[in-house]
Amino acid sequence: MATSTTALTTEAPRRPADAEVYVPPRTSRGLYRDAWRRLLRNKLAVAGMALIVFMILVAIFADVLSPYDPNRLFPGQSYVRPDAEHLLGTDDVGRDVLSRLIHGARVSLSVAIFVQLLILCIGLAVGGIAGFFGGRVDNWLMRFTDVFYAFPDLLFVIIITAAIGSSIFNIFLAIGLVNWTDLARLVRGQLLTLRERDFVSAARSLGAPAPRIILQHLLPNAAGPIIVRLTYGVPQAIFTEAVLSFIGLGVRPPTASWGSMIERGNQAIFSAPHMVLFPAVTIALTMLAFNFLGDGLRDALDPQNTR
Amino acid sequence: MTRYIIRRILWLIPVLLFVSLITFTLMHITPGGPWDKEKAVAPQIVANLNAKYNLDKPAWQQYLIYMSGVVRGDLGPSYTYQDRSVTQIILGGLPNTASLGAFAALVAVLIGVPLGIIAAMRQNSGLDYSALAFGTIFASVPTFVLGFVLIIVFALTLHLVPTSGWGKPNQYVLPVLTLGLNQAALLTRITRASVLDVSRQDFMRTARAKGLQEFLLVRRHLLKNAMIPVVTVIGPILAFLIVGSLVVENIFSVPGVGRLLVQGISQRDYSLIMGSTLLYAVVIAILNLVVDILYAFIDPRISYR
Repeated sequence: MATSTTALTTEAPRRPADAEVYVPPRTSRGLYRDAWRRLLRNKLAVAGMALIVFMILVAIFADVLSPYDPNRLFPGQSYVRPDAEHLLGTDDVGRDVLSRLIHGARVSLSVAIFVQLLILCIGLAVGGIAGFFGGRVDNWLMRFTDVFYAFPDLLFVIIITAAIGSSIFNIFLAIGLVNWTDLARLVRGQLLTLRERDFVSAARSLGAPAPRIILQHLLPNAAGPIIVRLTYGVPQAIFTEAVLSFIGLGVRPPTASWGSMIERGNQAIFSAPHMVLFPAVTIALTMLAFNFLGDGLRDALDPQNTR
Repeated sequence: MTRYIIRRILWLIPVLLFVSLITFTLMHITPGGPWDKEKAVAPQIVANLNAKYNLDKPAWQQYLIYMSGVVRGDLGPSYTYQDRSVTQIILGGLPNTASLGAFAALVAVLIGVPLGIIAAMRQNSGLDYSALAFGTIFASVPTFVLGFVLIIVFALTLHLVPTSGWGKPNQYVLPVLTLGLNQAALLTRITRASVLDVSRQDFMRTARAKGLQEFLLVRRHLLKNAMIPVVTVIGPILAFLIVGSLVVENIFSVPGVGRLLVQGISQRDYSLIMGSTLLYAVVIAILNLVVDILYAFIDPRISYR
């Protein structure tokens, strides 16, 4: 006891260089390995994951997998019902529905991924700054977030896309710029609670610089809820893209997207319901898969959950 | 409490200013003007039209002119309909959107809440699993996908109801179900989770131990507490229904505000877009306000500064 007091008074606490720190070999399973095990026990989540992996593979290998070029016109073969030559039929100008569906996966999944990346960047920045610095900065940023939050999401996306034009990049931008508020609030809330925790005070009292505290202590502990939120954000983004295409603000024709296929099919729903049915079911299944994965991740990443 | 309500009402002002400013700015950077038609219009006519609708003034003046009208309930002239103002056009569509939303909300509450309660009371029964399946599937299926599936099944295959249109009672069925079932599913999940959560609380065990009748137990202790989280989601649900009606109106050709908005976008009718966006924002902001205040009355545990 006495020695430690003298040590403290005689020399300033020195932060040990990273190399000197003895890191004990991990004997216990970490949170994420544990979560992964729990996730694998959840049948619906595994099914969702399998479908998502399948969709991603389809999107990557679309050129190899699709039976025809998605924009190839088959003259005299409009509105063909599903048969051996066209497994899912053809559309109003005689294009193969299956091929378009396969290529449409690229649009939907790239929207899904890039929008979440954008949301992650904005949400982490705003929520992180607000939560870490607190005080007046926090107050202003959160009021700003509140005002943003009050704008109806879908409406905002529609207006932005109408204003800046509907290239696929603009669609990413519009959906991302509108939907980051949830994540910013989540990140801020996580940081505010984590900041007061003992291990963070310990790190701070050892003299760890702010970036190290953020990267080593705060973010890894806040990651669980963020991952869950981003997973739930994917079906939302896919839906928004489909709605945009459906009301004529989506990717430009002839690019195949699930929403635009539904929009075209809607005009021929009496004569060729298959044109609507297949893309609609595909969208629903993809969204369901991400929701299942999100539910599974939420249950798996909750440390209180000992199922 | 009164201070809280006043603060919440004052909060509407910056929100609506932000919404109008953003919408106005976006509309002004939009490529293409309202006079872009297939036929080229003589430049003199365009100049006259611009002068008539104040489009030749600087943007900030246009915004001020517009907002001073909005405060007086005048949403400006429509660029595409010569004979009616935007206020008239929107008031024409509003009853349809409102009744669609109201019926859908009714469907959501009348299906979702009872189903959630029954599922929780009979936990792990077949009924519970069916309710869970309903809750999971319908919450994930996007409204317009559900809409088309319903059209294909009930209108095209079974010929029970018409595919589109508005006015007759049988034309209400599909749009209302399309909009309502999704939120019914959400309510089922929330109600079930909330009832289960409350039924595990200590005061429930105490009430049961003192021999309270099952009926009174459920009514007085269980439901009263379990409904609090359900009430909180009513606000987001109504907001969703209003925005969701935008999609549903366009699937089923319902002549409501959402359809007007989409028409406005394709015709570059700035004032129609502004007007309907502002209306949506006002309605949603007011709904959220009402729900927040209601919530303060319902849950005495929460204190408001």
